[in-house]
Amino acid sequence: MSGPSTYNPKSGIEKWIDSRLPLPRLMHDTMSTFPTPRNLNIWYTFGGILTFCLAVQIVTGIVLAMHYVASANLAFGSVEAIMRDVNYGWLIRYVHANGASMFFLAVYIHMFRGLYYGSYKAPRELIWIIGVLIYLLMTATAFFGYVLPWGQMSFWGATVITNMFSAVPVVGQAIATWLWGDFAVGDATLNRFFSLHYLLPFIIAGVVGLHIWALHVPGNNNPLGIDVKSPQDTLPFHPYYTVKDAFYLVCFVILFAGFVFYEPDFFGNPDNYQPANPLVTPPEIVPEWYLLPFYAMLRSVPDKLLGVIVMAGAILTLVFIPWLDTSRVRSCRFRPLMKQFFWAFTVVCVILGYCGAQSVEATAFGIPLVWVARIATLYYFAYFWLIMPIVGLIETPKKLPASIAQSVLGDSAAKPAE
Amino acid sequence: MRLINLSRNLALGLGLSLGVGLLMSGSALAADSATARHHPKEVEFEFEGPFGTYDRGALQRGYQVYKEVCAACHSLQYIAFRNLADKGGPEFSEAQARALAAAVRVPAEPNEQGETVDEKGVPLTRPAVLSDKLPAPYPNENAARANNGGSLPPDLSLMAKAREDGVRYVYSLLTGYDEKAPASFHVPAGKNYNPYFEGWAIGMPKPLNENGVTYSDGTKATVAQQAHDVVTFLAWTAEPKMEDRKRMGFGVLIFLVTLAGLLFAAYRKVWKDAH
Repeated sequence: MSGPSTYNPKSGIEKWIDSRLPLPRLMHDTMSTFPTPRNLNIWYTFGGILTFCLAVQIVTGIVLAMHYVASANLAFGSVEAIMRDVNYGWLIRYVHANGASMFFLAVYIHMFRGLYYGSYKAPRELIWIIGVLIYLLMTATAFFGYVLPWGQMSFWGATVITNMFSAVPVVGQAIATWLWGDFAVGDATLNRFFSLHYLLPFIIAGVVGLHIWALHVPGNNNPLGIDVKSPQDTLPFHPYYTVKDAFYLVCFVILFAGFVFYEPDFFGNPDNYQPANPLVTPPEIVPEWYLLPFYAMLRSVPDKLLGVIVMAGAILTLVFIPWLDTSRVRSCRFRPLMKQFFWAFTVVCVILGYCGAQSVEATAFGIPLVWVARIATLYYFAYFWLIMPIVGLIETPKKLPASIAQSVLGDSAAKPAE
Repeated sequence: MRLINLSRNLALGLGLSLGVGLLMSGSALAADSATARHHPKEVEFEFEGPFGTYDRGALQRGYQVYKEVCAACHSLQYIAFRNLADKGGPEFSEAQARALAAAVRVPAEPNEQGETVDEKGVPLTRPAVLSDKLPAPYPNENAARANNGGSLPPDLSLMAKAREDGVRYVYSLLTGYDEKAPASFHVPAGKNYNPYFEGWAIGMPKPLNENGVTYSDGTKATVAQQAHDVVTFLAWTAEPKMEDRKRMGFGVLIFLVTLAGLLFAAYRKVWKDAH
């Protein structure tokens, strides 16, 4: 809660600084005494994990940029030089490459957690919308980054994605040419993508600041989805959540390190170890795993422009969720009907990702995957535009607990004033 | 691409558990055309697994196979002679690496008159030194294609990572020439039948032959042995820091697990009375 500050400068120096630039006060109020619901579970540790991921990507990225050469002729070789001749270059690059996948893994968990517990509902609409913006910036940054090694999949991925803009009527081709800085993906494109790939993470960092600022006004939502009513419902952020976040962060880093040191190419595509060749199209062009669901949507629509609209709409839809959900209750824990639709939605997203990874003609159980993707795409949109508003109106939620403290500590401990 | 394989298996498991059907097999999902390449042979290498390291003997023999067989057509542009003495690599002694370099001639720098060719117009060469990259067999792509019936022998530095299941792919390709083409399949002129290659018709003729090289360490140079050795060598050229990576990873994981244990204890203690 952004209540009155509890900061009490003790030494003269602290008082001197506080009266001029109250930065220690800000740190104290947001990271130390900040009242946090006492019932946050493991899924609430991903905010901290994501901050860590962003920091790792920025630090490793800055070092990589010291050795990388943004030139169509030299980029691939410079990445190989990083892998072979730069001291611990292999480590820095594998951390950065796997870091992107870890970042998206964490952000998807974070987003699905928000969906499940209704964290987008009033008064947290702006936190959610800023979050969608961060996600958009992340996908753009990841896309630009994937182009930089200038392997086959980099080049052809860039070609496919930028060509989507040519679907815009009348000015489409002009937009594509403007994006490329050329008449095809080439040296000019690579250079501007590098520039943007270096810029966007700092914009993300700024918007993350807004995200956290907005969070600190109403405070955290929680798995019960009920408001904090008394100081008993909360614990100070430090040490309770610093230690909890730290523990789960290290668990996450163990998984991260497992990939970096033992399966560094797990998320990669072998084609990207072949230098970009505009004359040879790979048999299958696939984006990185975290974009596969959207890629499946794009391909499931026969019309190019409509496909692009559907794909963009899938992300834009997220912005409207706070007003599409008509339920009075936030958490799916108390929404027996919505809970089922939520898990179906999760499965549908995985199915979409799977469809996106397969070739266009592929089938499963004799059913063409393109039809599976079509039905899944329909469910994706129906979930937000039909199921959310309707279920919110017709569903009878379970009884909510009286308070967070009562739910966690039981009736006896929840009595006021211990 | 392990992720794709994984997603295939996951979906298979999901499908089975839903009881939708038992008819699907992994290959039914792939866009099988008539001449899709066969799955690579099931071979194992010493360098696989979390503690696997390169077999030094195999790396040194593999370099010999590369130099005496592959290097006639394939470049290895990211490898320098100095790398042959690198720790975690073939680990030739520096003197040996120097000698291996000196046995190879590379294009010379302009001489004192600024010439790069002699009076007869023949390009000047000099013995290679440790800092030289391994020289390419052809000066450019057109020369490579002209000498290989239109096919381009790819650079091999990253081959073990540039194909799905790369090490087994290369091994299968090298040992896959003895299978008979099905009667229905017509091998185009100038091409060779190899079912492990996409499209089955490969420009490269059978590269490895029984005793095609003579190993100085007395190892019998069967086709399988040569393939094993050169694949080990190419795995190293693709991932020269693999041993460093696995060793460091082991230490990092021990540190992280210990740290997680300490943090878990702290977490339990801090939260003891909070819930």
